[in-house]
Amino acid sequence: MTAKPLARRLPGSRSPSPDTPPLTSTLSGWGRAPVVPGVEIRDEDLRALTKDIPLVRGLGRAYGDAALPAPGDVAIAGSTRADRILSFDPTTGILRAEAGLSLDTICDLFLPRGFFTPITPGTRFVTLGGMVACDVHGKNHHVDGTFGRHVGALTVRTGTGQIVTCSPDRHADLFWATIGGMGLTGAVLDVTVRLTPIPSPWIFEERECMSDIDTFVTALKGAQATWPMTAGWIDCLSGGRSMGRGVILRGRWATAAEAPGPFPGGYRRPSVPFDFPEFALSRPTIRLFNDVFYLKHRRGSRRVVHPYTFFYPLDAIGRWTRMYGTRGFTQYQCVLPEAAGPDAPRRFLTALTSRGGASFLCVIKDCGAEGQGLLSFPRPGISIALDIPMRDHTQALIDALNEQVLREGGRIYLAKDALSRAEHYRAMDPRIGHFLDVRRHWDPDGRIRSAQSARLFGW
Amino acid sequence: MKVILVGATKGIGRAVARRLASRGASMSLLGRDKAELERSARDLEARGAAGRVVTALCDMADPDTFDAALASADADLDGFDTVVVTAAAFATQERLEAEPALLRRLLDTNFTNTILFCEAARKSLLSHGGGTLCVVSSVAGERGRKPVVLYGASKAGLSAYLEGLDHKFRPQGLVTVCVKPGFVTTSMTEGLPAPPLAGTPEAVAARIVRAIDRGTPVVYAPGIWALVMFVIRLLPRTVMRRVGF
Repeated sequence: MTAKPLARRLPGSRSPSPDTPPLTSTLSGWGRAPVVPGVEIRDEDLRALTKDIPLVRGLGRAYGDAALPAPGDVAIAGSTRADRILSFDPTTGILRAEAGLSLDTICDLFLPRGFFTPITPGTRFVTLGGMVACDVHGKNHHVDGTFGRHVGALTVRTGTGQIVTCSPDRHADLFWATIGGMGLTGAVLDVTVRLTPIPSPWIFEERECMSDIDTFVTALKGAQATWPMTAGWIDCLSGGRSMGRGVILRGRWATAAEAPGPFPGGYRRPSVPFDFPEFALSRPTIRLFNDVFYLKHRRGSRRVVHPYTFFYPLDAIGRWTRMYGTRGFTQYQCVLPEAAGPDAPRRFLTALTSRGGASFLCVIKDCGAEGQGLLSFPRPGISIALDIPMRDHTQALIDALNEQVLREGGRIYLAKDALSRAEHYRAMDPRIGHFLDVRRHWDPDGRIRSAQSARLFGW
Repeated sequence: MKVILVGATKGIGRAVARRLASRGASMSLLGRDKAELERSARDLEARGAAGRVVTALCDMADPDTFDAALASADADLDGFDTVVVTAAAFATQERLEAEPALLRRLLDTNFTNTILFCEAARKSLLSHGGGTLCVVSSVAGERGRKPVVLYGASKAGLSAYLEGLDHKFRPQGLVTVCVKPGFVTTSMTEGLPAPPLAGTPEAVAARIVRAIDRGTPVVYAPGIWALVMFVIRLLPRTVMRRVGF
């Protein structure tokens, strides 16, 4: 059965009839801010759905406004029902699947068979299409790059309505603009990616305390040659000599001999039952959390852990974004390039704390080579991610952080962004002009746009 | 388990098929779109179905396709023991009142043709010594209600048929399972405001598969609808005329 005509399903769509009621639903990203008028329409037939609605949303884990309708638009196509596996070859690990297939399902199905996604972000509640659109990276970026490096082909419905199969060898401009292109070059319909064979579904991890940011960065770089996966948590409130103290996390797949058994499956997740009041995440509570977390790990550890514990610690709590209260939060992630020198992370943290900024979670990671995606985020250097509660001064703080990143020659990650100004973002990345040329070529009428693209690119 | 499924490419049917595939069932998918059937078949194979998932063309709008489709599935599976029918049509009361042709199609699909298909499946199952016939009806068929007068009528007739089938043929080895979902968030109900007790296809599928395992003649999904419909069945007509649900 094909998708029902949109006009019949959606009061208040792009072409509302006079007798349709006004739209009252709203949408937001994972950070719960901003909140915009809009409605997500889902159907198993993503091909039919995207004829009418060119912008696609997956599981809604983009923190800001990347997967929200642009001003004046209402509908966004939800891909999560288009989640079929089209083929899997266990001899090569090549998986072809519809764009709405979730990483959670991939983990459930393929970890027991000895395969894992080549790249995973910090949550498994994302779709394949979203992983392509954000060109996600993970703890193994310094070894394996971004997700796009492992994608063999994409089927995309472009802004003209044409369905195009693209790959590094075929319509390569569309392919590399779609990798990390935030869904702006077309609706990703299906994805071909090579899964990685793993020796066991368990992770051997090592945690160690770092006394300050300089030691931390040195340790991250020192682990590059010997550990395929690294990342760390830093205490962004500590100052002086202990600025940027934290816990480094190093990991690798456990060998079959180290594995305590077969993949045990997922586990039940408790959920945050209500929105916390704003004082729950204030500087004093964040400082307390940071002190406890640091002290808990002061002796370090070496152990074999469940892969979800290693890769997806936040997924252990459902609806954890409620901890940030009804105003929500923004995640800010930037990469400070190697050329900025080893002191760049310290300068960035100083810029944050001097303006009263504080983050409950502050994640640091050394990035490897830049990917080929035209807007792909990572580049060689140090990436820092912050969760910043939405408050009256948050826009000013983001502006200040962006100015600091600009001074360092770095850039921000669009999958997280909600507040950056167009002039800041466009000054960060010389590749934007090329990306917009490709986007214009495949979507000359500018049909595909999001709230984020309208904010940053004007269309 | 050797299962024939009608309506497995979408919604509740897809969720049931995936649940059965994960248990290693042998499966045949019937439907009208060959390409869609094949894509779903490959998906189910990747999710654990035993062997190759086969497909056959079967259009619920065309009863002439039923016997051939069942025969094809029977031959491909080398016999079958379970038939699951989730294919159905839905439209709002307003549209059905305004569009007689749509109403006829819905009544044909949900009542006449589903029963014709079940009759063909019943005969085939009984010829193999019995089995399970599981069909998705709806809580909308429990009472005549204002928002679903016409859709509910089609499901009421189907539920009555399935109950009679169970009474008559269970002693001969044919187990009939009548599934009565409440509002389920599928593409069929997309755009409609979801009520508080709305279920997901996955949760409904879990109840359906459990009912097949146990041979439960009637199953509500989500389970809370059993209680809700118990109360609604007790309401006097004077109350039903006044309320809007």
